[in-house]
Amino acid sequence: MSQAVRVEGVFKSFGELEVLRGIDLAMDDHEVACLIGASGSGKSTLLRCLNLLEPIDAGRIWIEGREITAPGVDQNAVRRGIGIVFQSFNLFPHMTVLRNITLAPTKVLGLSRQEATNRAHELLARFDLDDKAADYPDRLSGGQQQRVAIIRALAMQPDIMLLDEVTSALDPVLVAEVLDAIRELAHTGMTMVIATHEMGFARDVASRVAFLHEGRILEEGSPERIFSAPEQEETRRFLDRVIAAGRM
Amino acid sequence: MTPTDDGTSAGPPAEGRRSRLLAPLRQEGAKGVLIAMVSTLVVAAAIVYLVTSSPYWPDVKESFFNWTQFRDSFPDILEAFRRNILWFMIAEPIILAWALLLAILRSLRGPVFFPLRLLATIYVDLFRGVPTLLVVYLLGFGVPTLGIPGLPTQSAFWGMVGLILGYSAYVAEVYRAGIESVHPSQTAAARALGLSRWRTLQHVVIPQAVRRVIPPLMNDFLALQKDTALIAVVAGTLPEAFTMSQIFQQGNFNFTPILGAALCFLIITIPLTIFTDWLLERQRRQRMASV
Repeated sequence: MSQAVRVEGVFKSFGELEVLRGIDLAMDDHEVACLIGASGSGKSTLLRCLNLLEPIDAGRIWIEGREITAPGVDQNAVRRGIGIVFQSFNLFPHMTVLRNITLAPTKVLGLSRQEATNRAHELLARFDLDDKAADYPDRLSGGQQQRVAIIRALAMQPDIMLLDEVTSALDPVLVAEVLDAIRELAHTGMTMVIATHEMGFARDVASRVAFLHEGRILEEGSPERIFSAPEQEETRRFLDRVIAAGRM
Repeated sequence: MTPTDDGTSAGPPAEGRRSRLLAPLRQEGAKGVLIAMVSTLVVAAAIVYLVTSSPYWPDVKESFFNWTQFRDSFPDILEAFRRNILWFMIAEPIILAWALLLAILRSLRGPVFFPLRLLATIYVDLFRGVPTLLVVYLLGFGVPTLGIPGLPTQSAFWGMVGLILGYSAYVAEVYRAGIESVHPSQTAAARALGLSRWRTLQHVVIPQAVRRVIPPLMNDFLALQKDTALIAVVAGTLPEAFTMSQIFQQGNFNFTPILGAALCFLIITIPLTIFTDWLLERQRRQRMASV
């Protein structure tokens, strides 16, 4: 059995503020896990800990069977295998779309410019953006920028993708194109951990949903169970609020 | 290089300056322009009258605005000015590179780099705290006196080293401001792709930082061009424009050659000033457009 992600007893504080208070999580390959919960519940922090953008205070994390929190681990090597997409896109504004995508494959994986460019064009075509290759990010809509960010992460051929509220900064009309891109990724069997406020999407795409509350995973299970028959009072309250806000 | 999205980047270099100076007038229409012209004429006439009617004006005119003196000295001063340009052309690239290194050292995070960060900080604070003239003077006269074998003994060389050391401290701070203005999310995105700390600086942070600080760098550029005259205090045998004009001034007891030297600097610095203003104006408009 190959385990894509294993998280054991992870704690993380920012100064006095305890953000993660003992997170345990295990995921198999090709699973799509959606993290739901209120803002500040620790979803983003957990994702950032998974690719070592934030050092953890206690606990252990394994990715694809290798412990990434062991002392002496090459952080750059770990990150190579994990793609992350941020809420605010974070494309490099001084580079064309193509260069945004080919930078890491050429500088980190050592691909030739030609190979990297070919790979980039394939991905751009797959996500319907091939005509934007020569544009700078500020010429693109938010939805297009976010899809480029997804492609940029995919170009590194990661084992796992982490998506951090990738539609939260988008106009409602642009959300669908990004969600469609992620759905298509899920169909190809990409292992993903997705922090999201889009409950309909989570129900649709997730093989498992985890509800975070005050730095703990309060409840997890299949989307059907979490959304139709939550066991915890907090989960029910959260879902009621989401429904009241018209987000489901 | 940079995207020229809306044509604001096109246009002659004087565009930005002209619009900032004259734009308010245009809004006020023909009447405003007329008032501006009249008031300018009145002020100019008043100044000319005040100066030329002063009791000693004929003497001042004779010793500062003497055409014969100017004609006789200017070709030599202009010739000497080539040395200022040469010094500037040598010093500027070295300053740009050395200052960038200092700025990078100062912005390195992590305890391992503490000694480097500390040294760079001391360097910058020290050289910004001392008048550049003193650095030029001390090095220009001090080092050749030491007579260390293998090192050049020309005072002009060491004066230039002093100028480079002093200016690098200022330019390093300009770079550092640029580096700090690049949002941390850019670094996070680069590191998340597996780029090392150094690669992140090289490909993501520094290119963006440098682009943002080009206009303020141009200001230091300008100041350096003028301050090449500081080397004059140690470079007696290699006259540059100011020294040359002093030679004429002392020979003929007339200050007109000094004005000639000033004119040489203006020929270079005024176009640079206009260009800098244009760059700043363009950047301001781009920022407004992106908000």
